Amino acid sequence: MVAIQYLTIISVVVAFAAMIIKALRYAMAPQSMRWELYPVPHEKGKAEYGGSYLEELDWWTKPRQKDLFNELKEMAAEVILLKGVFHYNKRAWCSSWPFHFGLYLCIGWLVLLLLGAIAESTGVRVAAYGGAVWQILYYLTAGFGYAGLVLSGGGALGLLIWRSSDAAMRKFSSPIDYFNLVFFVVVAAVTLAAHLTADPGHAAMRSYVHAMITLVPVREVGTLLMLEIILISLLIMWIPLTRMSHFVAKYFLYHSVRWEDEPNKRGSKLDQVLQAQLARKIGWGAPHIDSEKTWGEAVTENTKHE
Amino acid sequence: MSNPDIKVKDISRKTGQLFTLETKDLPKLPYPYEDWEEPPIEELSEEKRAKYETNLDGIMNVQVPVPKTDEEKEQLVARFLIGLRKLLSKDSNWTFLRPLMLSLDNCVKCNTCSEACPIFEASGRAEIYRPLFRSDILRRLVNKYIRPGGKLTAKFTGADIDLNWETVSRLAQLAYRCTLCRRCAQTCPMGCDNGLLSREIRKLFSQEMGIAPSELHKDGTIKQLTTGSSTGITPLALADLMEFTEEDGEERTGMSCKIPFDKSGADILLIHNAGEFLSWPENIQAFAIIFEAAGLSWTLSSDFVGYDSVNYGLFYDDTQYARVTLKHAETARKLGVKKVVLGECGHAHKAAMAIGDRIWLGESNVPRESCMATLEDIVLNGKIKVDPERNYFPVTLHDPCNMTRSMGIVEPQRRVLRKICPQFREMTPHGVHNYCCGGGSGFAIMQSNNFPSWRSMVSGRKKMAQILNAFTREELDPKVNKYVCAPCSNCKGQIRDLLNYYDAWERCHIQYSGLVELIANCMTDAKEGFIEWDEFH
Repeated sequence: MVAIQYLTIISVVVAFAAMIIKALRYAMAPQSMRWELYPVPHEKGKAEYGGSYLEELDWWTKPRQKDLFNELKEMAAEVILLKGVFHYNKRAWCSSWPFHFGLYLCIGWLVLLLLGAIAESTGVRVAAYGGAVWQILYYLTAGFGYAGLVLSGGGALGLLIWRSSDAAMRKFSSPIDYFNLVFFVVVAAVTLAAHLTADPGHAAMRSYVHAMITLVPVREVGTLLMLEIILISLLIMWIPLTRMSHFVAKYFLYHSVRWEDEPNKRGSKLDQVLQAQLARKIGWGAPHIDSEKTWGEAVTENTKHE
Repeated sequence: MSNPDIKVKDISRKTGQLFTLETKDLPKLPYPYEDWEEPPIEELSEEKRAKYETNLDGIMNVQVPVPKTDEEKEQLVARFLIGLRKLLSKDSNWTFLRPLMLSLDNCVKCNTCSEACPIFEASGRAEIYRPLFRSDILRRLVNKYIRPGGKLTAKFTGADIDLNWETVSRLAQLAYRCTLCRRCAQTCPMGCDNGLLSREIRKLFSQEMGIAPSELHKDGTIKQLTTGSSTGITPLALADLMEFTEEDGEERTGMSCKIPFDKSGADILLIHNAGEFLSWPENIQAFAIIFEAAGLSWTLSSDFVGYDSVNYGLFYDDTQYARVTLKHAETARKLGVKKVVLGECGHAHKAAMAIGDRIWLGESNVPRESCMATLEDIVLNGKIKVDPERNYFPVTLHDPCNMTRSMGIVEPQRRVLRKICPQFREMTPHGVHNYCCGGGSGFAIMQSNNFPSWRSMVSGRKKMAQILNAFTREELDPKVNKYVCAPCSNCKGQIRDLLNYYDAWERCHIQYSGLVELIANCMTDAKEGFIEWDEFH
């Protein structure tokens, strides 16, 4: 093993750990009050105009009609096409969509490299002149890689130009915002340069991934390729430590807040969880609140001003 | 624009008022108001300015006392910081910690929210009213003063903001320049919610520092929890008032207008916003004749707090919110009703049905229903006889944000209007994409100092434009009667004030009221003329 391999391992471990910690932080936050926002796409027959089951007479007597397909469709449109950004901020979408879609392709590229490396460890040769399946894998890898790098790099550059040229955007942009975008542009540019000049078929990169999964020291790689691996490793590690990992939070923002409209029923598990919250100490210090009481006591007993 | 280049970190600027709204910067209203000249917003008296902070924009709706000494300022800043920590605590803020963390952590600052905000747009795009401006102050304060190592990395992460009394006092005022309509949240690609953050700031000030607008706190929830109603109507006074309302209703309609109280075991407990008792008794009457004619088993309560669905805690304080809503739950439980029906009040709907869903627990969890669903059933299933020709005048519908955007109650009221109002037309945009009336989050009841002018000129401006645009030029002629249906007490109050401010009764003959008034107006068993066109009220 050589230093850059250790760096790659550390980056993957740090990235996964940071994402898990982040997800756990949101998942383990106390059950909150309802704060949904319509339209909610799983409201069957009503999502199109933003309606909910609360429109129904005696709604609690009727079975919940949830349209999970529509919710998945909405999620897919949001994840793949950035539907919300397209609808409400086309200027941002012009850069943001290529950037995000490019990143998906880059993730696909890494997965395809991994598949290729696994295949090669069985003695298969993933190459332009291999068997039909391996030829497809070869061209798919290259296609995903080049398209992903061009789109994500170009998108990041577009976002950088937008952020620095628009007066309102500039006011709310901080050094870290610029740094992040520059980081993406540099990584995409170096990676593209490395493959166009030294590894057009991505074979060297596949070998590197192969060395990683078989835990053997990597053969010597060229300077540009080494720079590429270092930068990608640093980026993978950096993303979850910043708000660029908003893909983790977005799940909770939508499913735990914006679309969370599950009604509470007597005796339900949710009811029990909420009853337990009332035992928490209230703590607030304003004159109308007794900070020493629990929530349950403070909101049901005679209050200070009564 | 007077102060076009205000930046977030200017919030801590030591000198003077940060921004002055100039009426020349406001966007023009549509026909027939293209030449409408806005008078400047009146300045507050020297006495008021000496007593309360007005260092944000010279407008006052939340009374932030001016500290007498530097030491007092420091104590207040320290208190604010304690509150900020509690806002992020699982115990003190379990109620909204998760949505708060999510909205604090994940804003990508794309400014999409700004274009959705009616206040930002109607102010002529004043920087301080940008939704992101307010939420970024909170975000920066948390990142710099609460997060580990925040001060060290502040410059790099953009958390460069100073926490001083100016920051604290201006932030308190800024939290009350947002109607919590959540239109911005709807457009956020991430799902972050600036409305929620405004409410969290309000909570910090109320729950830790005891700072809240008197109309919401002292004369709002505290009055409600001590007298029984935010209007000050006691159960005894209510009985007298309703006796007169019944008699008047029967005289107006020629129908039974019985308003039953405390009928144990009735199917429905109807809870009105107490504002209706005083300002719009015809709303109470209309409900009574409709429910009676439809043969429903229903009752009102004279129980302490149980007759007033108002819950201003929803706008600024979780503890006050919970105290009020649990009184409503207790009233319903004691009466043994099958369900609670919320009258025409958007925030009461949200307080009892949506947020209340997480606090009407166990035996107190009596089912709650929107009156929109109840009325739809009555009208569309022929439980009363109606003649739509009696409503043959242009009608448009205002969507209360709490009822539509926050609860998804959109179509029942429309199906009723389509049936009983031949000239019904929508505003643009409408439904869940509507614009706030400008009186949301308690603004409608804030009638003191110079705030009402700001409310009419700025927060209600988009709604005024929407109302005008709902009618043709010919219809805007004052000879043509037309009607804005606002099925929410607070929205109705705001629309009344807007129409008054813009003299729209005289200039265009635009009347306003709720949905039940339109239903009562076209009931064939009732005398004609339930809606009165001879005067504006």
